[in-house]
Amino acid sequence: MNKALILLNNVIICDRLGKMEPSTNKLTWMVGGEAGYGVMVTGKTFALACKRAGLWVFDYTEYPSLIRGGHNSYHVRVDAESVTSQVHWVDLLVALDRVTVDQHFQEVSPNGGIIYESEKVKLDPPLSRTDLKLYPLPMIELAKQAGGDDLMKNTVALGASAALVGLDLALFNQLIQEAFAKKGEVVAINQKALQLGFEYMKQHFPDDFGWKLSLQTPHEDQRLLVTGNEMLVAGALRAGCNFLAAYPMTPINAILGLMTLVDQEYKIVVKQPEDEIAGINMAIGASYAGARAMTCTSGGGFSLMVEGLGLAAETETPLVVVLGQRPGPATGMPTFTEQGDLRFAMHAHQGDFPRIVLAPGDPQDVFPLIAQALNLAEKYQLLVIVLTDKFFAESHWTIPFPDPSTIKVERPPFAELSSATEGQGKFARFAFTETGVSPRVLPGTPGGESMVTSDEHSETGLYNETAGMRKKMMEKRFAKLALARKELAEPPVVGPGDADMTIIGWGSTKGPILEAMKLCRDAGIIVNYQQLMYLLPLSTDIVNTRFGTAKQTVVIENNYSGQLDGLITQETQHRANFRLLKYDGRPFYPLEIFEYLSDIAAGKAESKRTVLTRWHDHVDTSRAAATVVKSGTATARQSAQQNQGGSDA
Amino acid sequence: MPDQVVQKATFSPATYDVAEAKPNWCPGCGDFGIWVAVKMALAQLQLPPHEVVLVADIGCSSKMPYWVKSYGFQGLHGRAVPLATGVKLANQKLNIFIIAGDGGAYGEGGNHFLHACRRNLDMVYIIHDNGVYGLTTGQVAPTAEHGFKTKSSPEPVIEVPFNPLAIAISAGATYVARGFAGDVKHLVSILTSAHQHRGFAVVDVLQPCVTYNHLNTYQYYFQRTYKLDEDTSYNVGDKVAAFQKAQEWGEKIPIGLFYKADRSLYTDELPQVKDVQLAHQDRSNIDISSFLKSFA
Repeated sequence: MNKALILLNNVIICDRLGKMEPSTNKLTWMVGGEAGYGVMVTGKTFALACKRAGLWVFDYTEYPSLIRGGHNSYHVRVDAESVTSQVHWVDLLVALDRVTVDQHFQEVSPNGGIIYESEKVKLDPPLSRTDLKLYPLPMIELAKQAGGDDLMKNTVALGASAALVGLDLALFNQLIQEAFAKKGEVVAINQKALQLGFEYMKQHFPDDFGWKLSLQTPHEDQRLLVTGNEMLVAGALRAGCNFLAAYPMTPINAILGLMTLVDQEYKIVVKQPEDEIAGINMAIGASYAGARAMTCTSGGGFSLMVEGLGLAAETETPLVVVLGQRPGPATGMPTFTEQGDLRFAMHAHQGDFPRIVLAPGDPQDVFPLIAQALNLAEKYQLLVIVLTDKFFAESHWTIPFPDPSTIKVERPPFAELSSATEGQGKFARFAFTETGVSPRVLPGTPGGESMVTSDEHSETGLYNETAGMRKKMMEKRFAKLALARKELAEPPVVGPGDADMTIIGWGSTKGPILEAMKLCRDAGIIVNYQQLMYLLPLSTDIVNTRFGTAKQTVVIENNYSGQLDGLITQETQHRANFRLLKYDGRPFYPLEIFEYLSDIAAGKAESKRTVLTRWHDHVDTSRAAATVVKSGTATARQSAQQNQGGSDA
Repeated sequence: MPDQVVQKATFSPATYDVAEAKPNWCPGCGDFGIWVAVKMALAQLQLPPHEVVLVADIGCSSKMPYWVKSYGFQGLHGRAVPLATGVKLANQKLNIFIIAGDGGAYGEGGNHFLHACRRNLDMVYIIHDNGVYGLTTGQVAPTAEHGFKTKSSPEPVIEVPFNPLAIAISAGATYVARGFAGDVKHLVSILTSAHQHRGFAVVDVLQPCVTYNHLNTYQYYFQRTYKLDEDTSYNVGDKVAAFQKAQEWGEKIPIGLFYKADRSLYTDELPQVKDVQLAHQDRSNIDISSFLKSFA
C-alpha cells in the first residue's frame, strides 16, 4: 500500500483528505449549536473567509427540520487544492453548546481542538479523550463586552478560530462589513466581538494548535463559493428564465428565495402559489403565454404536481421542473439527502408520453445543464425534469468564475402571422411536421386563435378520439424525444481508459466519488468514472461502451434499491458487477466508497454493499468507553438526533 | 377618436363562432345560454378574438373554448384558475375569462378559488353552477341542495351546499355576482361589467342541467329569481350586507351584482413587468455578472 496512506485502527486515513494530523492548508472545521443561534451564518462566514484567503473550500450542513432548539452543524473542509466532499473527521470543533461537544468530540482528529462556550458548558467530568486541545472561551461574556448579546457568541468564536488557525482577521472584518453594510453600529459591534475572541485566544492559550491556514494569494479572487441551488439560479437567469412558481419545501427554498431577491433587477416574476398543484399549473399557463417558465419542488410537492406533468405533455407546453430529492416516503427526513426519486421522476403520471430527466452532479454541472433544460423544453415543447438533492442543493463548492458566454439561449421563434385570419377557423397549433415539433403561437397574435387542450386532439386542438388521430399524435409527441436525444451528450469518462474498474453514478455522488478516486490513485487502484447526467432517455450508447470496455463495473447510488442499476439492466441488459448503496439520509463519504473499491481490488468485496455513516470509529474506541449518552454507536446517535426533530418542512 | 369608432362596429357575436365544430351539449342545456352570453359580451366589449383567452376546466361546461373563436386552453379538472393565473402573469394585456363548472371550481379547485379571491388578478371567473356532475352522468356536486338525490347519493345529500358567493365575498373577491343561464340578456350585462371591473370577478351562473338535475330546472329558477339591480336600496359596496344577501336562497333567489370593491391588483405590485410583459421580453443575453459576483 502506498506510503501516503496511514493506517489507524484499521481505517485508512489519507493525505488526500487531510492528514488527521497537524498540517498546513488542510483543515476540517466544524461549528455546532442550537438551531436559531446562527450556526449556518457562522459556518458560511468561516467558509467564505477561507475561500477568500485563496484556499479551496467545500462545506456540508446537517440540521433537523425545526427552527429552534435542534442541533445544527456546519462542516467546512479547507484545502490548498480543490475539494468536493465532506470527510469523517473534524480538526477544529467550535461548540456553541454542550450538545455539540457530546455529539462530535469523538469525530475530532487526534490532537485536534475544541473551542467551546465556557460559561454554560462545563466539561466536568472531563471528556474521555485526553489527546484533545480544549479551548474554553467565555463567548457570551465577550459578546456582551463587545456591546452585543448572546446571539453574537458565534462571532466571538469566529475570531477565536481565526486566531488558532492563523487566518487574518481582516478577512472576517470585511465579510461583516458586507453582511451588515446598512447597519453601521452592528458592524462595529460584530467586529469588536471578532477582535475580542481573537485576542482572548492569543492571551490565554499557547500557540500550539497544529493546523494552520496560510494565505494563497494567486487566486485573488474570481472564484465562487456556491451551492447547487445558487448555480442553478445563475444558470436559469442567464438562460432567460423569467417565471418561477414554487411552493416552499426543503431543499429548494433557496431557489425561490434567490429568484425573489433579484426579481426587480432581472425583471422576472416569482410566484409563491397556494400549493404545488397551483405552482405547476401557473408555470404551464405562463409558458403557454410566452414566458420562459420553471417550477421547483421536492418529492412531496412533486407528488402533487404529477397531474401537471401530463398536462404539459399533452398540450406540448414547454416546462422545466426541478425536483430536489430528500429521503421519503411521506415527510421522511425533510432536511437530509437521498437519490430515491429517479424512478418517480421518470414514470410519474398516467399514460405514455415523452419527457427528459437529467441530473447535475455539482454546481459546475448545473450551470449549463439548467440552461440546456430550458432550451430543450422550448425547442421540443417537452417536459424536462432536473433531478437534484439536498446534498447538491445546500452544500457549497468552490468553483472557478463561470463563463456566462458559454450559455446560449435557444428559443425557437413563435409563429409570425401577417394579419387576422378571415373566417372562423382556428390556427393549427398541433400541425404535423417532419420533426413532430409544431409551430407555437403567442396568445395575443392576430390570426393565431387556437385551442390547446388536455384532451387528445386534432391538429387544430379540437378534441379527437379517433384511432388514426390518436396514433399519429402519440407518434408525433414521441418523435420529438428521438430528436432531442441527439443533443444529449454525457460528460467524458474521468480517469484512465484501461482502469481496473469503472464506476457508474449519477447526480451528487460525483463529489465523493472524485475524492474516493484520489484515494484509489494513492493506493494504486486504477479506477475510472462515468457520470450519467441524462437518465431519461438513458445514454445507452455510453453505457454500452463502458460495459464493453470495463473490466469490472460498480454502480454507486444514494438509495435503497439501486434505481439506476436497475435502469441500466432494463435498457441495456448489462448488469453491474458491484453496487454500493446508501440510504441513511447522509451523502457518501469518500472513505466509504474507497473502502469498497479497495475491497473489490483485493478480490474480497461482496457484490452489493450498503453503507451506514460512521461518525467516529476512526479514532481509538478504547478512549471512547466512558462517554456521554449520545456518543455510542452511529445508530444511537441518529436516533438521538431524530428524537430532537419534530416539525415538518 | 375616429379609430375607435371604426372599431366599435368590428365585432359581432358571430365573430366568435367557430366553423369547425358546434357545441355537443344536451338540447336545452343551460350551457348554451352562457355560451351565447359570453359571445355577446365579447362583442359588446369589442374585444378582438386574438386578445381573448378562455381558460377552461374539465366538464360539460368547460368545453366552451372549443366553440369560441379566441385563444383557448382547457386544462385539468379544478385547475383552470392557477392555469389562468400563469397566463395573466405572463401577459397582463390578455383578456382572460375562466370557464368552469361547480365541481371544478368549488370541489377539486376549492383551494385555488379561495386564493384567487385574495390575489385579485384582473380576470373573470364564470362558474356554471348546476349542482350536479353532468359529464360523469349525474353525481352530486358541492352546490347540490341538502336533500338532493343523485346517482352517487341515492340517499339525500347530507352536507349543506357550498355557498360560492358568501365564500368569494369573505375571501376577498372584488366583484361577486350571480347570473342565470335562462336570462341571457341579464347575464350579458353581468359579464360585461365583470370584465370592465378592475379585479377578480366571480360570476356564479345558475345553469339548469336538463338531464341530471330535475330539481333546479328553468321553471324552478324562473319562479324564484329576482334582479338585485332593480332594488335601488341595495348597496353593492356594503360587504356585510352582501354577505347577508348571499345567504338568501329558497322561495326567492337574487341574481345580479352582490358585491363590488376597489382594491389594487396583484399585478400593480409587479413594477418589473409594468413596461414589458414577460411574454414580450428579450431574454437572449441576460447579464448575470453581478449575480455571480455576489458569491465571490
